[in-house]
Parts: sequence; structure tokens; C-alpha cells
Amino acid sequence: MEENQGNSQIKLLTEDNLRLDGRKLDELRPIKLEVGVLSRADGSAYIEQGKSKILAAVYGPRELHPRHLAQPDEALLQCIYRMATFSVDERKSPAPSRRETELSKVITESLAPAVFLKYFPRASIDVYIQVIQADGGTRCSSITAASLALADAGIPLRDLVAACAAGKIDGKIALDLSDIEDKNGQADLPVAIMPRKKLTTLLQMDGFMTKEEFIEAYELAVKGCQKIYEMQREVLIQKYINIQDEVSEEGSEQNRGG
Amino acid sequence: MALYFKNRQIVVPGDLLAEGAYKPGDGTFREGNRIYSSVVGLAELKGKIVQVVAFEGAYTPKAGDVVIGKVVDVKMTSWRIDIKSPYQAIMHPVNVFERRLDPLKDDLRRYFDVGDTLVAKIMSFDRTRAPLLTTKERGLGKLQGGYLVEMLPTKIPRLIGRRGSMINMIKKETGCQIIIGQNGIVWVSGKSFEDEERVIKAIRQIEREAHTSGLTDRVRDLIHK
Amino acid sequence: MPHSLISEIETKYIRSLVSREKRVDSRGLNDIRPITIECGIVEKANGSARVTLGNTKVIVGVKAEIGTPYPDTPNSGVITCAAEFIPMASPYFEPGPPNEEAVELARVVDRGIRESKMVDLEKLCIIPNEKVWILFVDIYIIDHAGNLFDASSLAAVSALLTTKIPRTEVEDGKVKILDERIPLPINNIPISLTFAKIDDQLCVDPILEEENVMDCRITIVYDVNNNLVAMQKGERGALTTQDIYKAVDLAETMTKEIREKYISPILKQEVS
Repeated sequence: MEENQGNSQIKLLTEDNLRLDGRKLDELRPIKLEVGVLSRADGSAYIEQGKSKILAAVYGPRELHPRHLAQPDEALLQCIYRMATFSVDERKSPAPSRRETELSKVITESLAPAVFLKYFPRASIDVYIQVIQADGGTRCSSITAASLALADAGIPLRDLVAACAAGKIDGKIALDLSDIEDKNGQADLPVAIMPRKKLTTLLQMDGFMTKEEFIEAYELAVKGCQKIYEMQREVLIQKYINIQDEVSEEGSEQNRGG
Repeated sequence: MALYFKNRQIVVPGDLLAEGAYKPGDGTFREGNRIYSSVVGLAELKGKIVQVVAFEGAYTPKAGDVVIGKVVDVKMTSWRIDIKSPYQAIMHPVNVFERRLDPLKDDLRRYFDVGDTLVAKIMSFDRTRAPLLTTKERGLGKLQGGYLVEMLPTKIPRLIGRRGSMINMIKKETGCQIIIGQNGIVWVSGKSFEDEERVIKAIRQIEREAHTSGLTDRVRDLIHK
Repeated sequence: MPHSLISEIETKYIRSLVSREKRVDSRGLNDIRPITIECGIVEKANGSARVTLGNTKVIVGVKAEIGTPYPDTPNSGVITCAAEFIPMASPYFEPGPPNEEAVELARVVDRGIRESKMVDLEKLCIIPNEKVWILFVDIYIIDHAGNLFDASSLAAVSALLTTKIPRTEVEDGKVKILDERIPLPINNIPISLTFAKIDDQLCVDPILEEENVMDCRITIVYDVNNNLVAMQKGERGALTTQDIYKAVDLAETMTKEIREKYISPILKQEVS
């Protein structure tokens, strides 16, 4: 979704359809997920997807200030997406760009359908996203992490939200574009879904595609989302299983006199 | 009728828990014929009610709850109290004193001022209005001395224990006075800093390990160290 | 934290502990919380570091660009520090440009680096009067659990120590950027130490609860040769002369210890 340089001399695929980082067309980048990484925030998560590194944190539900912005029948969900100055190749000015403003809005709208906002009238739920390093697909990684942070904060959700982009590089449909693929490819399609009922909450397309290419890319992105959803479930559950394991290890050590 | 979880299984939002003639309890929601989890927590069946005991979550005021709050503002005819909830609480003199106060003659600050901590009961709350507090019952009122520990409200039941087993054990082993607010604030007052510190350590351990078994014994061991 | 949200119980409790030379997290008055430093966590930056000081977490990134020097220092590179107190770090941080607290922190960290001449700015000059290296040191507070000054200073210093810039060549008055990466020219290493004054006591490395009740704080920065390079008193209380001399003495010993324990390993890594 970066300013598309259009045609480029860079070849993004080998003859065997292997990508610059060695991936196959339908392969995700390596993903690392963590929850509960901050001490002050109500919920938090950290994601590494390829070289992208992103922190997400949630405060809420909490009192909304200024009061006149409060909605009488539901909570106000607001996401703010910001990139660190050093997160990109050319240093970015700390002031929010129009891109960050747009992304904040679409990210908010990708998460809102999943949240039981009506449970907390007049309150606010704030989601903060900080990109530490950007290497393509940051809005999708942000949504994946933000959804984990909302769950980590105990905010009631209809479902998790998993996000993944697909695109077109060197004429072929590929999953999870890196920065160089996004900048030199022909199309980028970020998608977010609530996996349980396959409801799409984020859909953007930027580039040049036939309808058939779009369908192929959309279905590939949804498959990617579903794989990511499994990882989200795993990390949420693992946090508590780890504590259970630690505790039973200590117990059995004591029994062994260790 | 079908259940899709084992008792006390860890579930996440969106997980399908049950289908058919079950009732959705805390931490769940119903869509058509099915009940799903809305939070990360332990799934349980209590009679016909399917519920999920959440690991984390903000405190939602409930009438009858005893809470500990800090006075953050004093108005002409009411106090504003922070009870660590998305909804700031209000307390009126009529729910504190037996006699009527004359707002022109009696300054509310003389009784509770900004910075004071109090134990109060929630009289009423619905999401369209602020929770209303009262200190008229015995055991309620201003707290002095001691220390305040903040804890996740979802873990308070574990701090209390079945029929008070955990909290009574802690009180006995440390000799400390402990008042528990359902909103996740605990007041501790002991004869020595060391006694109070043991309670604080116990609370932190319970918060972390609330979902495990054998916790009461481990906490007792910790207090003895 | 807004003054109105700190209860009298908390204030009294911390003060009574401190009067008995004890602290809320069981530390001694002169104990620093555990520190971790990870360098090079942002490959796209020229240098970076993530520091944890207890639960406080700070990330610093250094970006190097070639630009024009300041007119009054035509043969000198430029370092500029900025701090972002991002809203995720504390329920009381609001989104928006740096407020006076963030600006103060950035300027104090900058002062330590500048006055100690940590980076040899003359060696960052490429073409005098025309082209110099400009180093942007950007501090991001991501988790506020007290003592942002020391965590930020340590992160900024660690990031600079591990920063790599491209070697340059000047050909026909034009700057050629080569592939080789070289470290910054480092001459000194400032280390800061912050104290909170609570009643009559000075507490090293204040934790959040202590900062909420403290009368004021003092940050002291020493260089490698035990020279003072920066000091800053902050918040609305007052220090006695005794407080100041005590802090200056303690900081001299403790900054040396911090340098030995946490900076030496980074230097050894860089050499290997």
C-alpha cells in the first residue's frame, strides 16, 4: 500500500516462483506473537512478522474525556496507529502523516465489529499501535496484535480479528507481501476477518487486478488470516498454560525434595 | 444439546461452547442456538448455565458490592469517587449521615476530602447513570493508615476463596486486617511492615496463579518463608 | 499522575517506609532495579536499543542522514534528541506532540551526550560548511513504571555505542556513500542517575509509586572521567544543600558501577 512505483526493474520471483526471501507464493513470513508485554496497559501484544515489529496496547473500558464525545449507548473505540521515526528506511517525521490517519481509521473499523461496545455506554476503549520497524503489511500485523491486546485486556469480543494481505507480484498472486514486494508489485490487498463466521472487517485494494485475480488473492488472504487466527488462539491460551506448568513443576520438584 | 469444552478448559473469544437448551452466563453470549465465549478464561458448566470465568477485565459496578474508592472531587452536594471502573461513582450526604446536612453551613470536605480512601457499598448502578455509593452500614467509612493493593477484579473471588478459606488463612497467618473491595482494591493493615509485605506478596501470587490448583497451600508456604 | 488521584494512604505509606529506609518494592534506598539492554533491535535504524529498568521500558532508535551543518558550527556534525511519551506507556499520557515533560527529558539526555562530547562531532564532518552527518536520536517511552530519565539516557547511550554509519568518500566535491559500515567516533560515555526526594531521604531510581509522592527529583550525569556533565532538578519541591552534595557523591560511585556492569559488555561485544 506504499506509493506504488509501478513498473520496476526488480524481479520479485525466480523461475521456480520463489520469492526474494525464499518463500513460496502462498507462504506467510515467520510470525512471532506475545501477549501481556506491558505493565501499565490493560492489555498488550507484540508481533514480529518478517522484519515488521509492532506493539499494540489497550486501555479500557475507561472514562471518556472530554465528556461531550461520549456516546450514550455504547463505548467509543478509538485506535491510533503511529510509526516510529526510525521504523522505515528514510527517517519519518514524528508528526502524524495522512497515511497514519487513514490507517488509524480503517484499523478502528476493522476491530469495532468484534467488540461488544454496547456493554460499556459512555466509556472509551483506546487502542494504541506503535510500529517499531516497518517492512510491509503493517496494518494487517497491527490488527492481529490489536485484537490480541483487546482479548488480553478482558474486553468482551464476538471473535478475534485476524488480518493478512495478499497481492500480485510479477503477475502472480502471493501471500503476505514484504515491503520490497509491495513497492515493486502490481497490487496489494489487505484483509481482516472475524474467523468464526468469515466476516470481513477490513478490505482495501490498491493496484491493478482483474476480477479473477482479485478473487484468487482474496481467498488466499482469507486462508492466511485463518492460519494467523490459529497462532492468536495459541498464544492467548499458552500464556495461562505456562503458569499452570510452572506451578505444577514447582510442586513436583518439592515432592521430589528438589 | 451439545457441550464443546472440558470443565475449566481455557477458551478464547469466539470459541463455541454449547448448543441447545443451555443458558449463557458471564463471559459468554448467545447467537441463535449456540453459546460462545466472549473472553479469555476458564469455561465451566453450572447446572444449565455455561459461563467463562475471565482472567482479566474491568470492574463493572454491581448493586450490593463492597468497593474501596478514592475521593477525587468534592462538589456542593456530593462526593466523586474513583472506584477503578469506567464509571466514576457518586456519594450523597443522605447516604452517609443519619441527620440532614445543610450544604450552606456544612462543608462536605470536613467529612471526606480529596485524597481520602473509603469502603462503601454500591446502592445502585445502571449503565445510564453513575454508580451510587453509601457508607451507612457497619464496617463502611473512611480508611486510615495501612496500605492499598490493586489487584485484577477478576481475581478477587480467588483471594477470598471458597467460603473465605483463602482470605481467612492469610489473615490468620499474618495477623493483618484486610478489607477486600470487589473492584480490585484491597486494604491491608498490620502491626509491622513485614506482616503487610507478606500479604502483598500473597496477593501478587494469587493474581498470577488464580487459575491453578493447590494455590492455597502454596500461598501458605509463601507466607511462612 | 494527576495529584487528585493519589490517596493519602499511599502517600503516608510510602513516606513511613522511606523514613525507615525501606521501599515499596523491598529495595534499599541506594538500590537500582534490574536493568536489561538489548542493542540492534531495529535493523532499519543505524542504531537502536531497548532498555528495561524494572518494568519501565524505553526504545531508542538512531537515524543518520547527510545534511547541512549549523552556520555557527560549519565543521561539525549534528546530534538532536527527541522523546515521545506515547499513550500506551501510561493511562495519563495523551496523544499529541511532546509536552513539556517529554521535551525536558529529551533535552536532559541530549545535554549529557553533548557536554561529555560522547560523539566526536568534528569527525562527522564530510565536506566542511556543506555536508555533515546528522544523527537523530529518537526516544520512545513504551512502559512507564518510574525513572524515565535514566532508562532513556541508558538507551540513547547504548544505541549510539552500537550505531553504524556508511563510510563516505568525497570525489569532485560530491559525497560518495560506500557499502562499508563503521561505528560512530566515540570519546566518552555519560551515565545518569536519578534520585527522588521523599521527606528527608533520597531514593535512587524511583519507582512509579515513589514518583507519585516525591517532593522533587534530581538527575546527575557523570562522564567516564568522573566529571559532571549535566544535572537537572525537577518537580515542585526543594532540595537542601546536603541533599545535593549527597546525590553528587552517590552518583559518582553508582554511575561507575552502572558503566562497569552494563556498558562494558556492550563495548566488548562491539570489539569482537
